Amino acid sequence: MVYGVILFPSTYFALRAEKKSKEKGLSVRLIPVPRHLSSDCGVCLRIFWEQRETIESLLKEEGVRMEGVHPME
Amino acid sequence: MIYFDNAATSWPKPPEVKEAMVRFMEEIGANPGRSGHLLSIEAARILYEARETLSKLFNIKDSSRIVFTLNATESINLALKGLLRPGDHIITSSIEHNSVMRPLRDLEKKGVELSVVPCSPKGELDSRDIKKKIQSRTRMIVLNHASNVTGTLLPVGEVGRMARKHSLLLLVDAAQTAGAYPIDMERDEIDLLAFTGHKSLYGPQGTGGLVIGERVNEKEMIPLKHGGTGSRSEFEEQPDFLPDRFESGTPNAVGIAGLLAGVRFVLKQGVESIRRHESHLIEKLIEGFKDIPQITLYGTAEMKDRIATLSFNIKNLSPSEVASLVEEEFGILCRPGLHCAPSAHRTIGTFPKGTVRFSLSTFTSDGEVKRSIEAVRHLLHQKD
Repeated sequence: MVYGVILFPSTYFALRAEKKSKEKGLSVRLIPVPRHLSSDCGVCLRIFWEQRETIESLLKEEGVRMEGVHPME
Repeated sequence: MIYFDNAATSWPKPPEVKEAMVRFMEEIGANPGRSGHLLSIEAARILYEARETLSKLFNIKDSSRIVFTLNATESINLALKGLLRPGDHIITSSIEHNSVMRPLRDLEKKGVELSVVPCSPKGELDSRDIKKKIQSRTRMIVLNHASNVTGTLLPVGEVGRMARKHSLLLLVDAAQTAGAYPIDMERDEIDLLAFTGHKSLYGPQGTGGLVIGERVNEKEMIPLKHGGTGSRSEFEEQPDFLPDRFESGTPNAVGIAGLLAGVRFVLKQGVESIRRHESHLIEKLIEGFKDIPQITLYGTAEMKDRIATLSFNIKNLSPSEVASLVEEEFGILCRPGLHCAPSAHRTIGTFPKGTVRFSLSTFTSDGEVKRSIEAVRHLLHQKD
């Protein structure tokens, strides 16, 4: 399985993203932001890479601000 | 013991408030939003859920627009000092608490022009008097939702509609009403709502918030504090987005865990049902006092226009004498004096002596109200 991560400007949006995704039955998890993606001290949302478009459009609808979607190495 | 000082801090609290705080201390305890580990995420989740739950209570579409503060005073300071600039004009009422009056008097010295609209001796505000004061430089109207002295409600919905028509912002101090009286940011057209957690939301002291409505541009609002937010750590500039912009420093997460439990309790009971119970009790209290010739009651007698806070005085006794007598002899804990609201007391004609204030909560019983009426009657009998 290939994972990806979605980055957010703040913890508020990361938590909102987790909640809204889980409500739709999508398998996601909050994890520390990988060091090579950002020096930020917060969390990001780990997703299944193949679900990225579904999740992105869901989060846009729910007013979640995102800062990027990256595949995980 | 009868606790009648709920307008200052409600007590007792629902047991689940303490349980939530203990659970936070025992099982979570970490710094919300400052790390990616399990406990930090769990702590951040508490804050997120608290914002979501408060959104249900106040009908807020976007819960990121709730900023946590220590109390209503901090929220009011943030709204006023964050938005008003020298040359701006602001309108308020004469029934306000010092949480509004003091920041406004300070801003006045810095070039903000202030109009204070008089309320009636019962603490009622005629919204037409506000309208008369609107001028080209008017930026904002600030009002308490209900006075902490008289218990009289102000017509915030009416003023809200007027404010929109004139493109002004309405800041409402809901310290006395949040949780005890229905508040709907949309219906009442409120732009900024300052609330506290430790009164009718049944949370602990040191919790509160400011709801920043969508008509307010948060980027133009100056924070009271700058500092770490856990976000954008690579930049030395304050973030410009909500809620982080106004939430620098580690928050009172254990307190907010308690506040969340308190707000859930309020939603479970239902604000309307809490309101019915408290209205019924304050009506009983007023009925019990109104025929006693030595007692002067303040505030409106219309139940629909008041909350469960009652100010009164007894002839030939000072408020503090009454308070110590009812405490010593009958175990009633209340608050005498000026209640941090000198302007309100001037309005109702009780400055500088003040009043005795009995303030109830959802935990007040019929029996307690009955016993307190008997206590006051007994006291008068002794004094005769």
